[in-house]
Amino acid sequence: MFDWAFALRILPDLLRALRVTVQATVFGMVLALALGLAWALARRSVSGPISWSAAWFVEFVRSTPLLVQVYFLFYVLPGVGLRLNPFLTGVLAIGLHYSAYTSEVYRAGIEGVPRGQWEAATALNLSHFHTLRHVVLPQAIPPMVPALGNYLVAMFKDTPMLSAITVLEVLQTAKIIGAETFRYLEPLTLVGALFLALSLCSAALIRWLERRLVLRTAERL
Amino acid sequence: MKPIVRLRKVNKSYGDLRVLRDLDIEVAPGECLAVIGPSGSGKSTLLRLLMTLERPDSGLIEVDGDPLWEMERGGRQVPADERHLRRVRGKVGMVFQHFNLFPHMKALENVALAPMRVLGLSRREAEARGRELLGMVGLEGKVDAYPAQLSGGQKQRVAIARALAAQPRVMLFDEVTSALDPELVGEVLNVLRQLAQDTDMTMIVVTHEMNFAREIADRVAFFDHGRVVEDDTPDVIFANPQHERTREFLRAVIEV
Repeated sequence: MFDWAFALRILPDLLRALRVTVQATVFGMVLALALGLAWALARRSVSGPISWSAAWFVEFVRSTPLLVQVYFLFYVLPGVGLRLNPFLTGVLAIGLHYSAYTSEVYRAGIEGVPRGQWEAATALNLSHFHTLRHVVLPQAIPPMVPALGNYLVAMFKDTPMLSAITVLEVLQTAKIIGAETFRYLEPLTLVGALFLALSLCSAALIRWLERRLVLRTAERL
Repeated sequence: MKPIVRLRKVNKSYGDLRVLRDLDIEVAPGECLAVIGPSGSGKSTLLRLLMTLERPDSGLIEVDGDPLWEMERGGRQVPADERHLRRVRGKVGMVFQHFNLFPHMKALENVALAPMRVLGLSRREAEARGRELLGMVGLEGKVDAYPAQLSGGQKQRVAIARALAAQPRVMLFDEVTSALDPELVGEVLNVLRQLAQDTDMTMIVVTHEMNFAREIADRVAFFDHGRVVEDDTPDVIFANPQHERTREFLRAVIEV
């Protein structure tokens, strides 16, 4: 039934495609982390329109399906003169989508820093930027690691959506192999196995990071 | 001499609670003013307003001749922008009841932060000054300790060094010994005493330590219900208070 020789033969192609999947995840996560912080800070802005726009954007992105957003960017961006290749469009789509979620994590993290820390920074006459950079974020981010890690894994598992816009990530490659050989069992099983393996690895990585952060905090006690 | 701190008819409420009522007070450069009075009389609010942690509902607050919340532009008084606020705020420093040290930084990093990021010193200069200040408060051995590894009295001394490092002209002390175990109060008061005696720093000290207020202050203000009831030299306030309310308060706290 399961043809091991065939599986072994297609594995190199799938591993190459997995590189695309991992790259999309890494770039997407970097984007999600940066934009999420930007939305979270914008929501805290004293300016009504800025704060309101950020809140509206986050709500909008969270309430619409990722696949719709992927299609929207792929078909609409070229129309407004922004031509990106499918990979970059895909990274932009998952980065934007997950930035809506990470922004909520940042918001909770920042709100978790006691008011006295902000007040001490004001009393030292630190600028808003230095207050965030040196006082608030270093305390807000370590407790955020588990939640951010979960989104990293979720984003990784959402990358097959990019196959919808012709990105040659691992699922798309498996489908092509299937169409050419009329064998779907091996490629799709391998895709599942590869996702499982990498998800477990990243979960372990996050746990390790979390433990290190806990240890580092404990060292100060 | 021109006052370095001046409040005129300052009002502040939290919801329905009126904390300061038409408060007038002045502090001369180099003066050490002790502020005493019952809880909720507005003593801490005075400091929080001076540190721009709160905004007054009405009235004028001036530091070194500059209004805190207003600035001149084109010959008119307009609401202060962030730049004006930071310029005036830099003249004031504050030490908090609960220290508010940055827990993720070592003692030296706490103290060197403002010199580096606000005064623009290099790391080397900032750390040299930090070591000097930590030495002055008797903590030269603790430069590499995190706040959680320090006792309450040590934390508060780091907080004093940190505030001094920003080079303010006016230092505000908000019940800085109230959160300390009794045996640790002395080491912090010693640092304050040294500051009052050896420097010409202007100090406003909100305190429940009556003996200490009497000893170090040039002037004592007794607060009640959001205003200054009596404002005089320590000798008059403690030995011969003019107002019945002051007498009542002192009787109550000194009996305890």
